[in-house]
Amino acid sequence: MSTVPRFWRHIPQRYNLVGTHCKNCDEYYFPPRTICPTCRRAARMEDHKFRGEGEVVTFTTIYNATDDFKRQTPYNLAIIELSEGPRLTGQVICSPSEIEIGMRVRPVFRILGKDGDRGIIYYGTKFVPAGGPI
Amino acid sequence: MPAGIVSYGAYIPRYRIRAEEIARVWGEREDMARSLNVFQKSVPDLDEDAVTIAVEASRNAVKRASVDPARIGAIYAGSESHPYAVKPTATIVGEAIGVDHQLTAADFEFACKAGTAAVQACLGLVSANLIDLGLAIGTDTSQGAPGDALEYTAAAGGAAFIIGREDLAAEIEGFYSFTTDTPDFWRREGMAYPEHGGRFTGEPGYFKHVTSATLGLLAKMKTGPEDYDYAVFHQPNGKFPERVAKRLGFSRDQIEPGLVVPWIGNTYSGSSLIGLAATLDVASPGERILLASFGSGAGSDAFSIRVRDAIDEIRDRAPKVRDYFEDVVYLDYAVYAKHKGKLRL
Amino acid sequence: MRSVSIIGAGCTKFGERWDDSLRDLVVETGIMALEDASVSGEEIDGLYVGNMSGGRFVEQEHIGALISDCAGLSRLHVPSTRVEAACASGGLALRQGVLAVASGYSDVVIAAGVEKMTDVTGGVAADALAAAADREWECFFGATFPALYAMIARLHMHRYGTTREELAEVAVKNHHNGCSNPISQYQVEITIDEVLRSPLVADPLRVLDCSPITDGAAAVVLAPTEEAKKYSDGPVRILAAAQASDTLALHDRRDITTLDASVFAARKAFSQAGLAPGDVDLAEVHDAFTIGEIVAIEDLGFVEKGKGGRAVSDGLTSIGGEIPVNTSGGLKACGHPVGATGIKQAYEMVLQLRGEAGKRQVEGAQVGLTHNVGGCGGTAIVHIMSR
Repeated sequence: MSTVPRFWRHIPQRYNLVGTHCKNCDEYYFPPRTICPTCRRAARMEDHKFRGEGEVVTFTTIYNATDDFKRQTPYNLAIIELSEGPRLTGQVICSPSEIEIGMRVRPVFRILGKDGDRGIIYYGTKFVPAGGPI
Repeated sequence: MPAGIVSYGAYIPRYRIRAEEIARVWGEREDMARSLNVFQKSVPDLDEDAVTIAVEASRNAVKRASVDPARIGAIYAGSESHPYAVKPTATIVGEAIGVDHQLTAADFEFACKAGTAAVQACLGLVSANLIDLGLAIGTDTSQGAPGDALEYTAAAGGAAFIIGREDLAAEIEGFYSFTTDTPDFWRREGMAYPEHGGRFTGEPGYFKHVTSATLGLLAKMKTGPEDYDYAVFHQPNGKFPERVAKRLGFSRDQIEPGLVVPWIGNTYSGSSLIGLAATLDVASPGERILLASFGSGAGSDAFSIRVRDAIDEIRDRAPKVRDYFEDVVYLDYAVYAKHKGKLRL
Repeated sequence: MRSVSIIGAGCTKFGERWDDSLRDLVVETGIMALEDASVSGEEIDGLYVGNMSGGRFVEQEHIGALISDCAGLSRLHVPSTRVEAACASGGLALRQGVLAVASGYSDVVIAAGVEKMTDVTGGVAADALAAAADREWECFFGATFPALYAMIARLHMHRYGTTREELAEVAVKNHHNGCSNPISQYQVEITIDEVLRSPLVADPLRVLDCSPITDGAAAVVLAPTEEAKKYSDGPVRILAAAQASDTLALHDRRDITTLDASVFAARKAFSQAGLAPGDVDLAEVHDAFTIGEIVAIEDLGFVEKGKGGRAVSDGLTSIGGEIPVNTSGGLKACGHPVGATGIKQAYEMVLQLRGEAGKRQVEGAQVGLTHNVGGCGGTAIVHIMSR
């Protein structure tokens, strides 16, 4: 699923949705980009920590997963548009009947996966419906 | 210089299993829930563990008082269910709440009182002016062997306290600890479930230590039960804290706001700290709280806490303990077993 | 630039080929193509092979040298190149072959594709295929290929009113076409009801919305058009070979219900060929999932955006309809050995344009289009060909 350095390198993005912002065109990117596709060489990129609130653009509920995820089925996967603009793919923790296009979500800290019983645990961000009692 | 609680946060997973459902599976008597005064317990989601709970509680604490995480100089995470045997929970929490990296961190283990030990360690560093703020966490996804008495109570949850000198929401006026070598409950290296001494966990364990620490604190502070508006005792079940309160001269009203075990079970390292958080959720400036934890093995840390004005400003800025009692999802034993990894695959 | 033609084509039976290895499949299809083209080994001066993941499926890389060796060309030391663009690897091999001949750098080139997928378990295969998506920012969170297409389908249904039944119609039509294709993995009719009752894979997509795991290989032989008659009585001329790319991850797309790579590749292809969508008599499009075919016929310009579902249920894309799509059975019924699919599409087009497609023959087929997609639209390759 991943390796230790591959996971470790992305800890700021996985835990805290640290992406990038181009100061030249004021566009926000998550996952982070080194080169702004709009400004390319004129880009002036800086890190930006996203709040993580957003809206479900589209979604699916996965019943048949790869080996790494098969114990979690069924689980919801969605494309989420963050309030600042960029879109990302992530899991939305709620009943399959609850999720819908346009639903507001907020981030939570969860286990994304494990490298078997002996390897490291991949922590990171998933989403839950916003606006509950908590 | 006074030191104390700058902010606090709690987190309890959304899932519950009823005591009667566990009793049904194991053919135990139906009044098990009433005899323990624990009607249900919290269960972590498939993707939650002591680390994720610690992060959510800590984020709530940071949010509640708008604390700049860069000011945190120490993180101590207490748990008896750290996901890694070697590799700290505290470092993951630090990264997840966005500390700068100039800090000391370690994991604590002392059965159910590792969280209050973490509070004391932070208090020491803060009081000695060695750090600005310290983050103390009690977090657990505790384990009870299938069919064991512990299974009715072993729950999941946590609380985080930011300890500092300025902008206190509550001052820690003093503490008193009582510690002995008492093997009332243990888990050997590599074992999935803890063992316990049955009724031996009662008098020589819980009652002796909680009573000694509380009486020691009252003597040290020159106070009596009547000087406190609230009292929080470690809550392995709903009966023990009621009984110890009565024995020490505290009323039902004093312990009621912090007695959360009937609805969430025993969250181990989180237990007395969640009780304290629930009490801070309702306490008014000027009121006093007595907190006494208990950890098997065994020891108790008792604290005298006085609530300050800032509590009213920060209280509503993060979820309260009882908010996590709403909108819960009940599991049957089979799904609970899957959530807890009790099925060997 | 020289005009290029296909002078021979071959394709193995698609399916679960338990008795055969990747090497066996390559040899089988190579012999078929070379016999069809009646060229000798000495005449071949280039070889391109599309293969998505020999490394994951059979733990074999260096597929270029391997297939040249298996094809008996090792002593001729023919340059052999493996190309990869996920599920568009085959289409990419064809385009690279066309470029080599068109440029004058090579004269007779084999463009082949092969994938041996059934040597691993379904879970491993799903993970290998998921590598065509964004491993770090999609798969890491549990995305699978059906899941990405399911998210396209969900939004297409939400925005354009495309129905679950219309998705099923694609599978029903392609299974029907597959029944008259001897190489097709599935040669059995299915009903809308069967599609709707098949198990959910990634809601709203069900098992019968998805192309299967398939073993297979295909090859075509390319030569300059001016010399094509020397080798073949029925050469098929490549009028356009266009390719376009887009973001790797679906979430970064301008529009999640459009594969812009398909739009741009099609636009370039029509401009190269000097044709318009209305000039095309039939098309083989990338229906790895039923929604893929609906989106493809929109993006290629055959129908308006949002009208793809209706077009399928109205019979526009059936044999006998205005623009028959996936006469071979498509990826859905004929099978989808990922690296081979793009070449199999060309193989089907060669048969159709030569008038050799039997019961599924499109009458009077003159101009055909093939459309091969890598990932969920990171790469798209469009070829237009005529007899």
